[in-house]
Amino acid sequence: MVCVKRVLDPQVKARVKADGSGVDLANAKMTMNPFCENALEEALRLREAGTADEIIVASVGGGKTEETLRHGLAMGADRAIQVVTEDALEPLAIAKVLKNIAEQEDVGLVLAGKQAIDDDSNQTAQMLSALLGWSLATFCSDIKFDGDKATVIREVDAGLETIEVKMPAVMSADLRLNEPRYVKLPDVMKAKRKPMDKIELDSLGLDTANRLTTLQVEEPEGRAAGVIVNSVSELVEKLRNEAKVI
Amino acid sequence: MGNLVIVEHDNNEVAAATLHAVTAAQQIGGDIDLLVAGESCGSVADAAAKIAGVNAVKVADDAKFGHHLAENLATLIVEVAPAYSHVLASATTFGKNVMPRAAALLDKAQISEIVEVKSPDTFVRPIYAGNALATVQSSDEIKMITVRTIKFEAAAAEGGSANVEAISGGVDAGLSSWVSQAVSNNDQVDLTSAKIVVSGGRGMQSGDNFGMLHSVADKLGAAVGASRAAVDSGFVPNEFQVGQTGKVIAPDLYIAVGISGAIQHLAGMKESKVIVAINNDSEAPIFQVADYGLVADLFEAVPELDAAL
Ligand SMILES: Cc1cc2nc3c(=O)[nH]c(=O)nc-3n(C[C@H](O)[C@H](O)[C@H](O)COP(=O)(O)OP(=O)(O)OC[C@H]3O[C@@H](n4cnc5c(N)ncnc54)[C@H](O)[C@@H]3O)c2cc1C
Ligand SMILES: Nc1ncnc2c1ncn2[C@@H]1O[C@H](COP(=O)(O)O)[C@@H](O)[C@H]1O
Repeated sequence: MVCVKRVLDPQVKARVKADGSGVDLANAKMTMNPFCENALEEALRLREAGTADEIIVASVGGGKTEETLRHGLAMGADRAIQVVTEDALEPLAIAKVLKNIAEQEDVGLVLAGKQAIDDDSNQTAQMLSALLGWSLATFCSDIKFDGDKATVIREVDAGLETIEVKMPAVMSADLRLNEPRYVKLPDVMKAKRKPMDKIELDSLGLDTANRLTTLQVEEPEGRAAGVIVNSVSELVEKLRNEAKVI
Repeated sequence: MGNLVIVEHDNNEVAAATLHAVTAAQQIGGDIDLLVAGESCGSVADAAAKIAGVNAVKVADDAKFGHHLAENLATLIVEVAPAYSHVLASATTFGKNVMPRAAALLDKAQISEIVEVKSPDTFVRPIYAGNALATVQSSDEIKMITVRTIKFEAAAAEGGSANVEAISGGVDAGLSSWVSQAVSNNDQVDLTSAKIVVSGGRGMQSGDNFGMLHSVADKLGAAVGASRAAVDSGFVPNEFQVGQTGKVIAPDLYIAVGISGAIQHLAGMKESKVIVAINNDSEAPIFQVADYGLVADLFEAVPELDAAL
C-alpha cells in the first residue's frame, strides 16, 4: 500500500488568506506530494521485480483527492482507495485511518512519503508503524528486499545510515530514493478503468478528532531589500565594515 | 508535571541540537528532566547533568538503545512520558524518527518543528516550506514536541549539577537492527552550528569545483553546504543539503554560489543574518533575499574572493 496526499504544487508559493485562517487553496494548482511519488515509484519497481503482487494507492481527503489517486493509477498502481472526508485531519488521525485500511487489505508493506510539503509534519509513516506494531524505516534512499527482511539506507543528518528491518514494515521515501516516472496519455486513459473504492470516514468508527486547534496562520516577515555590489572587492569591504560578519 | 527532553547523542557526547531543545523547555516553564538512552553512555549522562537549568537526568544504559532505533527507544519514552506535561526533542533526523512513533503509542499528536513558545499549550510552527506560520493550541495532556533549533538559543552546556538517576525500561522490539553508518567528511565544520556557511548549487558544475568553496570556507572557518540539485547531481553527499527537506540553518553569514533560490532552498537558509548571492543570472530569485548580490560568473568571482580573503 502506498499512502499518497494531495498538496499544493511545489512550484507554487503558498499565499496566506487575509483573515489569517489558513493558506488560500482556491483555484490553486494541486499535485501528488512529491515524496509520495517516490514512494509509489518504489512500489512499482517492486512489482516489476516480482517482489510485490499488487499495489494499492490510498488517500484520506475530500472530493478532489480522486484526481490524485487517478494520477497514482496512471503511474501504474492497480487500484485506489479514497477515505472520504472534507476535514483536514492531523497525522495521528490519518495514521489511524491508514492502519485500518492496511489491516483490512492485509498488505505486507506500506510506503509513504517522508513529509507532506503542505503541513511539513513528517509524522504519518512513523505513527502508522507504531499503530501497526511494525518495523519502521524513515527517510529511505535505498531499499533492498531479501525474504522476510529489507536492508534500507536512510538519509540522516550525519550522512547515510544502513539498517535492516523485519517485514512487514512501514517505510518513508526520501527524494533520492528514485526518479518517479512520467505518466503517458495511454496510461491516463487506462487509469480511468481501474478500480477506485470510496469509503466514508464516518463508516470506519475511528476517533479522528484533532488535538490541535489552529488559532492563526500568518505570513512570515519578509527580508528587507538588499544591494547589488559591483565587484568582489566591494563585497569583501561591505562584509568586513558594514555587516561586520567576516 | 514539567518537561522531559530526549537527549540526542552518539554515546559519547550530547548533540548541540539538544541544548536548543532545552531552551524551548525553559520557555515553556516548569522543571526540566533529561532522558539519555544509549549504550555505555555514561559520559553523555555526565555532560547532560552539567547543562544549565536541568533538574534530573534519567539514564537508560542498555544495548537495545545503542543505535537509537525508533522501535526500541519509543517504548522507553512511552513509559517515562506520562510523568510529564511536555516531551521535547530537537527536530533533527533523530527526533523526527522517534518522536512520532512514541507520540502515536501514547495516542498524542505531535507538534512538529516549533519556532516559538506562545504559552505552555500554544506554539508557532512553519508550514508550506516556511511560507506561512501557524499558531496551534494543543489539547493533549502530554504535548509531544520537536524543536527547530535555529529559533532557540543553545542552553549553557556548563553550570548545572543535576542528579543522575539510572533507570531501566523499554523493550527490545526485535524489529530492526543497525548495520552501519557512512560519514563522508569528519573534518568539515558542522553545518548546523557554523557561523558562516558557503553553499554551492548546480552552477558549480562538478564535485571537484566544490574545492573552490572549501578553500574559501577554510579561510572563513565556515562550513560548506549545498542545494538539492548539487546533491542530486552527486557533487556532494546528502548531509550537505540545505532546505525544506535538508537542514534548516541560520548562520551569521550565508554565501550562496550558483544557487537559483527555489522556495525549497530558501526554506533552509532565509533566516540567516546576512545573505550573499553570487550568480550570473541577475533575475535569479536568490537576489530577492540577498543582502549583498554579486552578478558574476562564479568561476571568476570565487577565486577572486578566495584571494581577497
Ligand atoms: C519536494 C521538494 C523538496 C525540495 N527540497 C529541497 C531542499 O531541501 N533544498 C534545495 O536546495 N532544493 C530542494 N528542492 C529543489 C528545488 O526546488 C530546486 O530544484 C533546487 O534548489 C535548485 O538547485 P540549484 O539552485 O542549485 O539549481 P538551479 O535552479 O539549476 O540553479 C543554478 C543556478 O546557478 C546559476 N549559475 C549557473 N552557472 C553559473 C556560473 N558560472 N556562475 C554563476 N552562477 C551560475 C544559474 O544562474 C542558476 O541560478 C526540492 C524540491 C521539491 C519538489
Ligand atoms: N491525507 C493523507 N492520505 C494519505 N496519506 C497521507 C495523508 N497525509 C499524509 N500521508 C502520508 O504521510 C506522508 C507524510 O506526511 P506528513 O506526516 O503529513 O508530513 C505523506 O507523504 C503521505 O505518504
